[in-house]
Amino acid sequence: MDFEYQIEGGDFTNAGATSSAVKKILKQLGVNPEIIKRTVVALYEAEVNIVAHAYRGSIIVNLEDHKISIKLIDEGPGIEDIEKAMEQGYSTASQKVREMGFGAGMGFSNMKTNTDSLIVNSSPGIGTTVEIINYF
Amino acid sequence: MTQVESFHHALKFKYDLCIGCSHCTGVCPTGAIHVEEGKPILDSNRCIDCGRCYLACPVSAIYIEQDDFQTIYNYKFPILLLPSIFSAQFPERINQRAILSAIYHLGFKYVYEVEKSIDVLKDAMIHAITDDNKEKPVISTYCPAIVRLIQVKFPSLVNNLLLVKPPLDLTSLYIKKAFIEQGIAEEDIGIFYVSPCAAKIAAIKSPVGDKKSHINGIINMNFFYNKVFRIIKQGIYELRKEESDFDSLSRNNLLWSLTEGEINLLPEGRNLAIDEVHNVSDFLEKIENEDITDIDFLELRACDESCAGGILCPGNRFLIAERQKKRAKKSNHRVSKKENELLKYKDYLLDHIGVGKVLPRSMDKLDDDISVAMRKMKKSFELNSYLPQVDCRICGYQTCKDLSDAIANNQADLKQCIFIQRILEQTDKLTQAEAIKINKQIWGDKKFDKNTLKGMNLE
Repeated sequence: MDFEYQIEGGDFTNAGATSSAVKKILKQLGVNPEIIKRTVVALYEAEVNIVAHAYRGSIIVNLEDHKISIKLIDEGPGIEDIEKAMEQGYSTASQKVREMGFGAGMGFSNMKTNTDSLIVNSSPGIGTTVEIINYF
Repeated sequence: MTQVESFHHALKFKYDLCIGCSHCTGVCPTGAIHVEEGKPILDSNRCIDCGRCYLACPVSAIYIEQDDFQTIYNYKFPILLLPSIFSAQFPERINQRAILSAIYHLGFKYVYEVEKSIDVLKDAMIHAITDDNKEKPVISTYCPAIVRLIQVKFPSLVNNLLLVKPPLDLTSLYIKKAFIEQGIAEEDIGIFYVSPCAAKIAAIKSPVGDKKSHINGIINMNFFYNKVFRIIKQGIYELRKEESDFDSLSRNNLLWSLTEGEINLLPEGRNLAIDEVHNVSDFLEKIENEDITDIDFLELRACDESCAGGILCPGNRFLIAERQKKRAKKSNHRVSKKENELLKYKDYLLDHIGVGKVLPRSMDKLDDDISVAMRKMKKSFELNSYLPQVDCRICGYQTCKDLSDAIANNQADLKQCIFIQRILEQTDKLTQAEAIKINKQIWGDKKFDKNTLKGMNLE
């Protein structure tokens, strides 16, 4: 089963809408609350990343019997050095974004601890693709 | 692990009074009510006893069960346990001494106010909140409707619940202990509680995370108010002169059941108070996403203005809160007339303050088997895409989405939707007679009786 959601860059007021929608779906499927929480926290981070950095993006959620995979594809500046971006505390966020409480450089490490598999690909100047997989 | 047994509910429908208007269906925060044959059907696993339906019913067809008042006479020592907001229900000109005297006139031997135990509870609360191992935010368990809301709608937050007994359980524990120590036989002690809401009644009848309540009987506050007021009006009571337990509550105790009553007792930190069940739901949604973080403590209450807005409170919630605050202010100005006897039992109560783990019991799940749930969900999403999203409730369900889920669960039919009916009629796939039959199954025969408008001039 697939679901697709669209994200606008810069739209912080709606950041989190996809996470909420996915959470509702997982609850209806009767997925363990702990796994729901992990998935939603990771997705929320990834969703906010698009809002903070990209121009726009789409989120494709695929559900199988015991697996959820979420692909977040954005059009944006991309990430120059993915390894560095994965480090705790590393951030390129502007002051404006930091003032809103985002961009503390915890995003990717937080996503890593909350997922069974996290794959990040990026082409600078074109965009970033993040794939999150959790099993239940 | 999930708690599966069905839960006791204090809210009941009087089907003979019900006019089948579905207002209850519309206001339910967990979508627990749908309509069949013109009558509301309650999903007992979803209902959290918040009582929004009770307030919405235009014909008082929902009632809150209570115990027979006469049972107080079965005990040698009938003891009344009163929430302190009870006296705030009365107009200012009626003083507490008169209220208390009228209560004794009814046959009670002793009267205690519930909030006596807050001086003990407060320490346990602070201890739990400052415990670094406890999941944050710590969520208060004072309001039983909120505990149930978290169990059914926010199961991932059950570990955040503060596992201590509410004041009602602590005070009744104290009373039992103190009376037994005085040599009174347990079977002679009858503790009766005057409840401001349905949720507290449900929590006494089937406690969450605890074994058995010490309460022997429950009296609804509006019923009790009428009884007491009548005696005062008739002036048939004997005015008591002695000191009363009413004098032993401190300012903090008195403010506890109002909004911010809990967070005002806590040390510095990020503590929030939110009242009204829909507000609470919206906020917990954000907490669950970790969209809001770094909160230490959440005081959550299902009623607007907290217990002053309890559904069984006869007074106006804003006036009740005002009177209660006035009383609290007064008690602050004077040195407490009477010592709080309960504090002698502080160690005993602290030993027994804990309650068992609260388990999640998610209501949203479409099926126990994930693959089946997935199939049902796929079907539900597809069906929902054909529905008008008007959420008109003509199908008997709260929302178009709820109807889709019910169809996916083989509990309803797509033709229950009035818009789908009109579409099918246009292509001759449904006759008018068939449509009327379906609507009668939802709303009963009377609402679609063609003779209803006989004699009415429709020109």
